[in-house]
Amino acid sequence: MGAGHAHKLYRHAHSPVHDLPPHCKLAAVFGFVLVVVSTPREAVWAFALYAVLIAAVAAAARIPAGFLLKRLVIEVPFVAFAVLMPFVVPGEQTEILGVSVSVPGLWGAWNVLAKGTLGVAASVVLASTTELRSLLLGLQRLRLPPLLVQIASFMIRYGDVIAGEMRRMSIARRSRGFEARGVRQWGVLAKSAGALFIRSYERGERVHLAMVSRGYTGTMPVIDEVTASRAQWAYAGALPLLALAICLLGWTL
Amino acid sequence: MSRPTPAFTPSLEVSGLAYAYPDGHQALFGVDLTVERGERVALLGPNGAGKTTLVLHLNGILDAGAGTVRVAGLPVAKRNLAEIRRRVGIVFQDPDDQLFMPTVREDVAFGPAASGLRGPDLEERVREALERVGMEEYANRPPHHLSFGQRRRVAVATVLAMEPEILVLDEPSSNLDPASRRELADILRSLDVTVLMVTHDLPYALELCPRAVILSEGVIAADDRTQDLLGDEELMRAHRLELPFGFDPRSVTMGA
Repeated sequence: MGAGHAHKLYRHAHSPVHDLPPHCKLAAVFGFVLVVVSTPREAVWAFALYAVLIAAVAAAARIPAGFLLKRLVIEVPFVAFAVLMPFVVPGEQTEILGVSVSVPGLWGAWNVLAKGTLGVAASVVLASTTELRSLLLGLQRLRLPPLLVQIASFMIRYGDVIAGEMRRMSIARRSRGFEARGVRQWGVLAKSAGALFIRSYERGERVHLAMVSRGYTGTMPVIDEVTASRAQWAYAGALPLLALAICLLGWTL
Repeated sequence: MSRPTPAFTPSLEVSGLAYAYPDGHQALFGVDLTVERGERVALLGPNGAGKTTLVLHLNGILDAGAGTVRVAGLPVAKRNLAEIRRRVGIVFQDPDDQLFMPTVREDVAFGPAASGLRGPDLEERVREALERVGMEEYANRPPHHLSFGQRRRVAVATVLAMEPEILVLDEPSSNLDPASRRELADILRSLDVTVLMVTHDLPYALELCPRAVILSEGVIAADDRTQDLLGDEELMRAHRLELPFGFDPRSVTMGA
């Protein structure tokens, strides 16, 4: 596929994980996340095992640890919320490094942090081993409503086009001496946003015209059929099934 | 005016076509136009002459108020729309409107797939169409990563893949640099298909189309050899058509 032109999230490589059909991977990640969030938060060791599982998948996909950790940064805003919890949640208090924090708050923070991190890590592994295009094919295969898949595919196709239009409008504004300095300039920006909306809407109409001209009648023809063998399903299923075993142990122990 | 004697049904027959937009503005007042199979015809005319309106009638996007349009003998009507849209390939002016799928390959496959082609036949059709415009190496690229000239060529391929009876090009040379312009001309000349080319680019019309028609104020005002039309200064002035500075159509020797 277009070398050097792939999406930022995707990491081009050949590995057993890259080669799995996209819908298997999607189902596996979804299953894994479900299992992780339904694990009792007191079973700290279970989360450690989940992390080991994800690390194993990442290793099989030849994703360097540094790459994975850098991508995890997206989690930071949620982490900030988790950090607040020990201070604001009422309940039994305890002292850590001379600061008084609440015990339920600590557990809550741990819960958000551990489950969130694992979920994000699983998604990062999915995104770095699956191209956007195949993700869409996978979603289509998993019977997501076709309209949603179409909308997502148009977002990918026209994201750059609209960003380009936005950039040209910004250059045109600045060429005529406009600098967005404060609230007073917001009116101009709002009008630009409105103009951009109308342009995009009109483009949408032209695209629709072009689609109708080539025989579009409301459904996208299936051009690429993705299929998975039993072995591929079993391979992808290993992750959520192992996680499920850990989860069940976590409930019984 | 010499025209090939029609050996087959003409690719396109427009007769008495009139159309008024819902707001009452009348754009076409009885257009008559016949394009024989294999001909390349330029449709010239000032802005607002109704060129786009005419084009949108050819594949039934707009419904004729009066008159008829036939494509290879088949009338443009609701019941034939799917077949008509397969036979009439319109290449729109902005390739970003035309190329809406995530990759070049899928975009070229869209038309034939919509008419039911699948599997190896579909692959073959896509490969062939991309080959005809010299873009086969770009099959797996997203369209927005191509140059403008490449996108225009892919847009032509998306239509060729439907094996159309007639190729309708809306301002094919707009926004192209001279090299891309010449490459596109070479491609269009190499195609064995009827072409109707809507354009303001008069030298390009002369280069590619032996015959030209002028659409002005909703009627066909002239229909002749392109070279004769462009050389008729009075006619040109009357329809707001102007040649680029220093260009003399009579000095151009037409090879083939």
